[in-house]
Amino acid sequence: MVKIDRRLIKSFDWVTLCLVLALAVIGIAAIYSATRPSLSAGTHPDFYQRQLLWLLISVTALFAVVTFDYLWLYRVSYPLYGLGLLLLVAVLLLGKTSMGAQRWISVGPFTFQPSEFFRLFFLIGFSSFLSRRGGESLSGIPLRGLVLFGLLPVGLLIKQPDLGTAVLLLCLFIVLTLVKGLSRRIIAIALVIGLVSIPFVGNVLWSGLKDYQKNRIVAFMDPEIDPTGIGYNISQSKISVGSGGLLGKGYMQGTQGPLRFLPEKHTDFIFAVFAEEWGFLGSLGLLLIYLFLFLRGLDTALKAKDDFGRLLASGITAMFFVYFFVNVGMTLGLMPVVGVPLPFVSYGGTALLSNFVAAGILISIRTRRFELFYP
Amino acid sequence: MSQRRIRFGSWLMLLLFLVLSLRLWQLQVLDGDRYNRLSEENRLRIIRTAAPRGIIYDRNGVPLVENIPTFSASIIPENLKDLDTGRLSSLLGLRKEDLEEKLNRKDTSPFVPIRLRQGLTYQEVARVEASRSAFPGLSVETEVGRHYAYGKIGAHVIGYLGKPTASQMGDGGARSVAPDLPLGQWGVEALFDDKLRGSPGERVIEVDARGRELRVLQQRKALRGEDVRLALDIGIQKAVEETFGGKAGALVAIKPTTGEVLALESFPSFDPNMFSAGLTPQQWKSLTEDRKHPMLNRAVQSQYPPGSTFKIITAVAALEEGVISTDTKVFCTGGLDYGRWTFGCWRKGGHGMMDFHKAVVESCDVYFYEVGKRLGIERLYKYATAFGLGRETGLVLAKEKKGLVPTAEWKKDKRGLPWYLGDTFISSIGQGFVSATPIQMALMTAAVANGGTLYKPALFEGEPVQTGKLALKPATINFIKGALSGVVNEPNGTAKGARSSLATVAGKTGTAQVASKRKGSVPEKLMDHAWFVAFAPVNNPEIAVAVFVEHGGGGGAVAAPIAKKAIEAYLSGKNRHEERGEQTSGQALPTREREDGTGPGT
Repeated sequence: MVKIDRRLIKSFDWVTLCLVLALAVIGIAAIYSATRPSLSAGTHPDFYQRQLLWLLISVTALFAVVTFDYLWLYRVSYPLYGLGLLLLVAVLLLGKTSMGAQRWISVGPFTFQPSEFFRLFFLIGFSSFLSRRGGESLSGIPLRGLVLFGLLPVGLLIKQPDLGTAVLLLCLFIVLTLVKGLSRRIIAIALVIGLVSIPFVGNVLWSGLKDYQKNRIVAFMDPEIDPTGIGYNISQSKISVGSGGLLGKGYMQGTQGPLRFLPEKHTDFIFAVFAEEWGFLGSLGLLLIYLFLFLRGLDTALKAKDDFGRLLASGITAMFFVYFFVNVGMTLGLMPVVGVPLPFVSYGGTALLSNFVAAGILISIRTRRFELFYP
Repeated sequence: MSQRRIRFGSWLMLLLFLVLSLRLWQLQVLDGDRYNRLSEENRLRIIRTAAPRGIIYDRNGVPLVENIPTFSASIIPENLKDLDTGRLSSLLGLRKEDLEEKLNRKDTSPFVPIRLRQGLTYQEVARVEASRSAFPGLSVETEVGRHYAYGKIGAHVIGYLGKPTASQMGDGGARSVAPDLPLGQWGVEALFDDKLRGSPGERVIEVDARGRELRVLQQRKALRGEDVRLALDIGIQKAVEETFGGKAGALVAIKPTTGEVLALESFPSFDPNMFSAGLTPQQWKSLTEDRKHPMLNRAVQSQYPPGSTFKIITAVAALEEGVISTDTKVFCTGGLDYGRWTFGCWRKGGHGMMDFHKAVVESCDVYFYEVGKRLGIERLYKYATAFGLGRETGLVLAKEKKGLVPTAEWKKDKRGLPWYLGDTFISSIGQGFVSATPIQMALMTAAVANGGTLYKPALFEGEPVQTGKLALKPATINFIKGALSGVVNEPNGTAKGARSSLATVAGKTGTAQVASKRKGSVPEKLMDHAWFVAFAPVNNPEIAVAVFVEHGGGGGAVAAPIAKKAIEAYLSGKNRHEERGEQTSGQALPTREREDGTGPGT
């Protein structure tokens, strides 16, 4: 049994908990509005109820995670990562195909997306790997790490293909190595190699993309090219956001989502629904909640008592931020359409659960920042 | 090291956060209005229902147009990939290329139907309905069409409806109308379009992305257009149509006491039903390239020398100015020698001794040369313009021609030549430089009939508008009326073809020369233009008519019978329609000496 001592409660990171809870509640309210039936006689789909149920599960999971010391994660980090890789392989072998991608696994009546959890296992595993490397700074990443935490998982994800998670993993790989303290010389060399290889890699990537992915990029470059076809998502998303104006149309007054002009209204484009109803002021408020969450996360990283905690906190914050930035950027037409949900707000049980678990780890790191290191 | 990098990360996040906020500001605050409009365009559909257009009646309450349902085929362009365009085009009677062009237009929206063809017949509607299952999204729509009950008759006055032109779309008044709603493009339909149009009904509905109607947000009933009652008598127009017999020309009938336009026909005419059914390019081409120009309104847009009908003006001027008395005698030898030239009379053998009455009745040119000589061109000009020649009458149906009354200054200005007495001679018999439109001649005749008042021609009954007044001596009026009555009713008159049993007709023939006189038959395009102006009954005139027949030959033979038809149609129709049953005041005269076809011109 794990003893819950008073110190734990006293130094508990309520701020982070409140921020993610606020986001989840806003999310359920937005899902409720986005999925309301267009005819007053219609029945309300139960998306919001399911999300609420998932929220309860997720909050429970968060508290469960907080009760455990995160150092426990450090100990099981490699087996966990191994399990994650196995899941990715399993998806490729047994996975269900949907919308041209093989991402889901069915276990009994449940289907879940292993990559949602894999990103956590990856963060834990790679943080653990890096924290075992000596001293303050890193003169280079050993080939073993590069293969094990770079090429292997990214390759498996591209094979699915789950480009979104693959790119996220690359970002987290870079963020963690930077935080760990990669020497400037290596950074400079990597940058130069990166810049030089952009046309080549771009070409290879472009030819490796599925048609729908190419269309998304074309549509992003020029949404007017085909506003009823491939540019439809972007133009409708911009219309939703823009039509909110300064003060918004009012809660439950948005038209773009319920009338089905906006696709993926309760999942990837939930921010557009929110922005339409709450306007510039409301949207800015929502963005500020995220900003506080991120700054709090980085503060947690700064205050973490060990290297593993610092790396893990930075990685989790970076993960939230990347999802957030890509999703909002896509909604605002600053980026091509990538199927990335808005963390804590978009509809989706697996994502909500894994994000709350991640938040729980963050809280755990902050809460235990004064504890002495004992094995 | 790592602490600094994490702090750097915070700054990077703040910067990216700023980027998102600025973008949000741009979309929602700077461009908010535009996006709001776009979102409203997404969700709102304005469905207009055309208002029933006002009906145009003639003066006796006979409807000249009616509103009838027309059918058009449309298709919703949602799923066009599998469309069998070959089959659809043959079903609708369209060319395959035309159909594909309509379907491939860029400005279509996936849920708004594209109109494929208008003016389907009942059989075609049945065929389309039967094949609808093969073409998802195909539908037949019902619209209000316009049917012109009398076809070509009166078309130049009534006009027609058509698609709005580019300039009409731009002007504020018409923009409120649905873009495919036809507008009046010609005649009364165009002039009084605002009144006839009414205001369309409007339903603002909310739709979802599939175009499903969710609820009605706003509704306004269509307001029927106002009816219009013209001064026109369709009975005259009908009677005249048959008598023109394929010749080009015009007829204008005026009510002398008010200036109301009782009839206005221009031949050849066009069928306005062709326009309301949607004109095909071939039809438009044949209309505009027709050598006889059916779209030209000859009543107001063609000017010709009025010939001897002008002698009415010369005679009035002479009596008023006292240069001649009714007893003045001139001996006609068939021509007048003046210097090196001879000015001939239309009757080569000469009329012999003529007094003024006989000179009018028999249209003696030599007598009128003498009258013209005594008057001089200035005084002729004064009276001709007082009778409304040389200026627009103010009838707004089409861009009017002004005609011309020459003066010495005009000739010097335009031709650089001095005015000769010979010019005065031929001007006084309405030849040479003088020209006038049929409506000008009709108004002049009406002014003679009513004793000197010139009215603005009016398309509706109502307060008459005077545009001129000649203070004529009663003796002048009596003499002229008697002489003009003689033209029709005396044995030697030139217009015996206009004699009517319903009323005493007074009139004057005229011939506008096209080529110099030749013996034998001449091809039609070299034949003279025939004129005839008349009014009746002579003592209490109710109708004044001007008839002009292009290349018609002599005025008495061709134009006079047409005028008679018009007058009789009006008088008998008036008796039929007016329940008071007023007797026509004219006396019937026996038509003893009919010389059909031989009545000479001039």
